[in-house]
Amino acid sequence: MTNPPGSPFPSRIAGAFAKARSQGRKALVLYLTGCDPDFETSRRLLLAAARAGADVLELGVPWSDPSADGPAIQAAMRRALAAGGGMGTALDLCRAVRADNADVAVVLFGYANPIFVRGAAKFAAQAKQAGADGALCVDWPADEDPELAQALSQQGLDLVPLIAPTSTPERVKAIAAVAGGFLYYVSLTGITGSQLPNLDETSARVRQVRELSGGRLPVAVGFGIATPADARAVAGFADGVVVGSAAVRVIERAVAAGRDPVPELEAFVGELRAALG
Amino acid sequence: MPALEELTAAWERFSRDPTFRAELDRLLRDYVGRPTPLTEAARLADHLARAEGRRLRVFLKREDLCHTGSHKLNNCVGQILLAQRLGKKRIIAETGAGQHGVATATVAALFGIPCEIYMGSVDVERQSLNVFRMQLLGAKVHAVKDGTATLKDAMNEAMRDWVTNVGTTHYVLGTVAGPHPYPTMVGELQSVIGREARAQIQSATGRLADACLACVGGGSNAMGLFRGFLDDPGVQLFGVEAAGEGLDTTHHAATLGKGRPGVLHGARSYVLCDDDGQISEAHSISAGLDYPGVGPEHSYLRDSGRAKYLAATDREALAACRLLARCEGIIPALESAHAVAGLPRVAEQLPDGASVIINISGRGDKDMGTIAKYFGAEVSS
Repeated sequence: MTNPPGSPFPSRIAGAFAKARSQGRKALVLYLTGCDPDFETSRRLLLAAARAGADVLELGVPWSDPSADGPAIQAAMRRALAAGGGMGTALDLCRAVRADNADVAVVLFGYANPIFVRGAAKFAAQAKQAGADGALCVDWPADEDPELAQALSQQGLDLVPLIAPTSTPERVKAIAAVAGGFLYYVSLTGITGSQLPNLDETSARVRQVRELSGGRLPVAVGFGIATPADARAVAGFADGVVVGSAAVRVIERAVAAGRDPVPELEAFVGELRAALG
Repeated sequence: MPALEELTAAWERFSRDPTFRAELDRLLRDYVGRPTPLTEAARLADHLARAEGRRLRVFLKREDLCHTGSHKLNNCVGQILLAQRLGKKRIIAETGAGQHGVATATVAALFGIPCEIYMGSVDVERQSLNVFRMQLLGAKVHAVKDGTATLKDAMNEAMRDWVTNVGTTHYVLGTVAGPHPYPTMVGELQSVIGREARAQIQSATGRLADACLACVGGGSNAMGLFRGFLDDPGVQLFGVEAAGEGLDTTHHAATLGKGRPGVLHGARSYVLCDDDGQISEAHSISAGLDYPGVGPEHSYLRDSGRAKYLAATDREALAACRLLARCEGIIPALESAHAVAGLPRVAEQLPDGASVIINISGRGDKDMGTIAKYFGAEVSS
């Protein structure tokens, strides 16, 4: 839910998109899997991404069965789980990032079971306490079960929904009605890290999603955006651009070569940000 | 989601359509080989009487006699007819033991539709015979190395394929788990087991059974049998999960016995997971029961008390497999052997003269390598 005017919980996510707009550019949303490759490096990576210009951080909550993710994020999840990652450590990581950066918006991005076993209300309270601004849950359809949306709303947190190319107009409306922060439009039918599809179609769909949601929330596009050139192209019609697998691969390559991944990720995020104007 | 809505609507329409039903019934009769017999197991009953002091009449529902060797084909013939009506050009499936993969590859061959099967790489190794069967039938088998490289990971990969190719592809999910409408649809397609068993036990004994017994991994064969008797309170329903190396170890697959409510593969049901919500690795000597989730209808039957769930260890299942082989000349799949292993505990709760139906969900040919290894025999497969 968006926060009504005068809400005691100003949304950092809405603020991030507003700030980008006021600077005449599009917002950069960056996904990283929490605890990949380990807690401390992950903390430094998230802070470096914010420093390099990411407006919103999607902090991926490691889970054993990431059925919507492609090979890059599956591998990141495996590294993170091996390093002790999970929901508990993702919340700790969020708190640690917030301690050093009061401004960047943070969305906890994950799957239903770690939220479900805690209970949606307890999760929302813990997320709020950790300094998160919202949550995105891949396999918790907000229109089928409003419990998570309500729990987040009670804490003044945004529920960021995924909207797919196959989502019907009725569903887009129903999803947008309980959403907050921004709408995440998935550029393709498929998994994270796939090839970016024909952008004319994506552009038309983004326009349609904006109309169906009454223009109440910004629309960010993700899945398949791998390079600054991709980001620039998508920024031509979306309010924000989400990059995940490509950033995770930068980390994977550096770690595999025995290098500290922080400078390389920081440079990559800087290029993405520069491409957004 | 729209794909699930499309599938739900299609299933609601076609499952009531007389032409569809007639075509399904014809395939079940002429191709699958239904009805399967209900065989009275007199020597097994004698053994039970000697060992446990309880004289029961024991009947075996012979799904092992279905074409391809298990109940899995009942579901696949229904789903392939549905896929055909939805105009899908390609089918995919997950498989654990390989039984569902073989059944899916079989109907794909019968209908001339390209087929790809996802199977955990651990299962590919322990069920190599079924991998070859699928390939012989013309299916492409993908070994899935992610996660625990077993059934749940094969399901993850099948879902990734499905969301990517949703326009052209039908996902033939093999059990009563996963997102709606699969639990309903697969349960209805397998209910032919219970309908037949109900009529057969009445003609054999003049009354309904006192208890039904079936193994539970995802739970499709059990649901198929149970559905014939859900509204008969006099018929006790027992599911037998895999206790692996024991319920007091971490090496088991007893989701209903030791799990907790959770969300896996698009369904809210019991799951095996830790306090953080990470799904646990399940363990069973039978690859088909090696699943850390279970169909949501079983969770409901458990919580409502309508069905009771027991567990049998690897060791007990192997002993039951040998017992059935020697008493009745029937070698059950290791999955089904878990149901046989549950018989003494069910017998304790029944009066003398009671009758029990055990679902022999599949035959044991595929397990010869595993069984031989356990009993110390050398076989070349």
